Amino acid sequence: MEKTEEFEENEDIESEEFEETEESNKKRVLVIPGEIISTNPDMLPGDFVRKEGENLIAMRYGLAEEDGRVVRIIPVSGAFEPRRGNSVLGIVTDITYNGWLIDIDAPYGAFLPVSECKRFIHSNDIEDYAGIGDVVNAKIFSVKRKGIDLTLKSKGLGVLEGGRLIKINPNKVPRVIGRGGSMINLIKDSTKTRITVGQNGYIWILGENLEGEKKAEDAIMLIAKEATSHGLTDIIEKFLKEEAK
Amino acid sequence: MAYTKRVDGRKFDELRPITAKVGIIPNADGSAMFAFGSTIAIAAVYGPKPLHPQHMQDPRTCILRCNYNMLPFSVTERAKPGPNRRSKEIGKVTEWALSSVVDLKRFPGTVIDVEIMILQANASTRCAGINAAAMALAHAGVPMKEMVASVSIGKIDDKIVTDVIKEEEDWEEGEGATDIPFSITSNSEQITHLQLDGKIQTKRLKEATEAALKACKKIHEVQKKALKEAEI
Repeated sequence: MEKTEEFEENEDIESEEFEETEESNKKRVLVIPGEIISTNPDMLPGDFVRKEGENLIAMRYGLAEEDGRVVRIIPVSGAFEPRRGNSVLGIVTDITYNGWLIDIDAPYGAFLPVSECKRFIHSNDIEDYAGIGDVVNAKIFSVKRKGIDLTLKSKGLGVLEGGRLIKINPNKVPRVIGRGGSMINLIKDSTKTRITVGQNGYIWILGENLEGEKKAEDAIMLIAKEATSHGLTDIIEKFLKEEAK
Repeated sequence: MAYTKRVDGRKFDELRPITAKVGIIPNADGSAMFAFGSTIAIAAVYGPKPLHPQHMQDPRTCILRCNYNMLPFSVTERAKPGPNRRSKEIGKVTEWALSSVVDLKRFPGTVIDVEIMILQANASTRCAGINAAAMALAHAGVPMKEMVASVSIGKIDDKIVTDVIKEEEDWEEGEGATDIPFSITSNSEQITHLQLDGKIQTKRLKEATEAALKACKKIHEVQKKALKEAEI
């Protein structure tokens, strides 16, 4: 019974950094590692940029952006980098005496302690709450030197029942959400599905029927494929209408 | 008979036509294809990810694990599949050629897997492999100080040639054939990998190094172009 209640209140998490930011007038250039971005001695190095003499040098493949005096690189590819506060979806890979080991597709394994659940769980009931292979929606509580700790103590977190889990590149997640959640709401409304997006690129879809779920999955995969296209919303709108015929 | 003209009609310092592309393997975190003429290599990068068995982990740094693999159909006589002495050595050499530019300290206790496959071989396969691997690492968003480009310089009879092909590698007349693969970083122009198969006079090695620097610059431009034109 309790599980259903938790499931009902499972709203999608939408924090500011999660959404697509306003398209600014800032010029973004694709750079490669070792490329000199700027020779201006007044500029300062930001994320993934290093200073050598007066030159600012890129340390990662991505889009270089000038923000005031700071130059930083926005990654466009690569594995998920966990940060505190990220909400992620993960799969239970093992159960220990005091919690679950969760695969969130990050460089380090994640651990969800029983004490971080919303309600008290007796150590005998750990497996009943979430078994191996179950999908959980959790929040990153801390990123330590060698391991990630998760928590369920926040609104909308918990075990996800039924539905399907798909994986996209974590760098494409902002495009799937859209500005202010516009893109994901468009898909949800037209396919009548519930969708939860994790910042690690895992997406969980539950629909009234399989057709709706499949349609939502295809739409999300299309977003991931066409992530850099202009007028992405139009493409997706057209795609969703086409399928409805 | 002196070696006055190259078998495929190229100039002595001319590279074969290069093709390079990134993002060819959707399931990998990063991938690239690099070809010197008919030598084709593909590389896929996975990670950083947790390393198992645990005793292999290094608490100070991430581990770069390169796997070089020549596919059975890549050569004229079918190559026996699976690892062998040569492929293990080339995998290790590739690791050394790349590990000095990759920022491995950022993810201690993890591993980055680099899988290199040779689809078609016509000499310089390890160089094509290193070029593809460097591009794939960059494409995978792994933090790197700079790029690495690799080329094989040969001394065929008494001529220094750039980008050796199979027929030149097997040259037996005059002074015979010497094959020197170089890997050079893009900005600081430092040599991260150098092997020498054959014999060469000390002062000729300097000539070979200069030829390698010149060729690696050209290769780096191709790598850069491929990464910049990629769909992101």
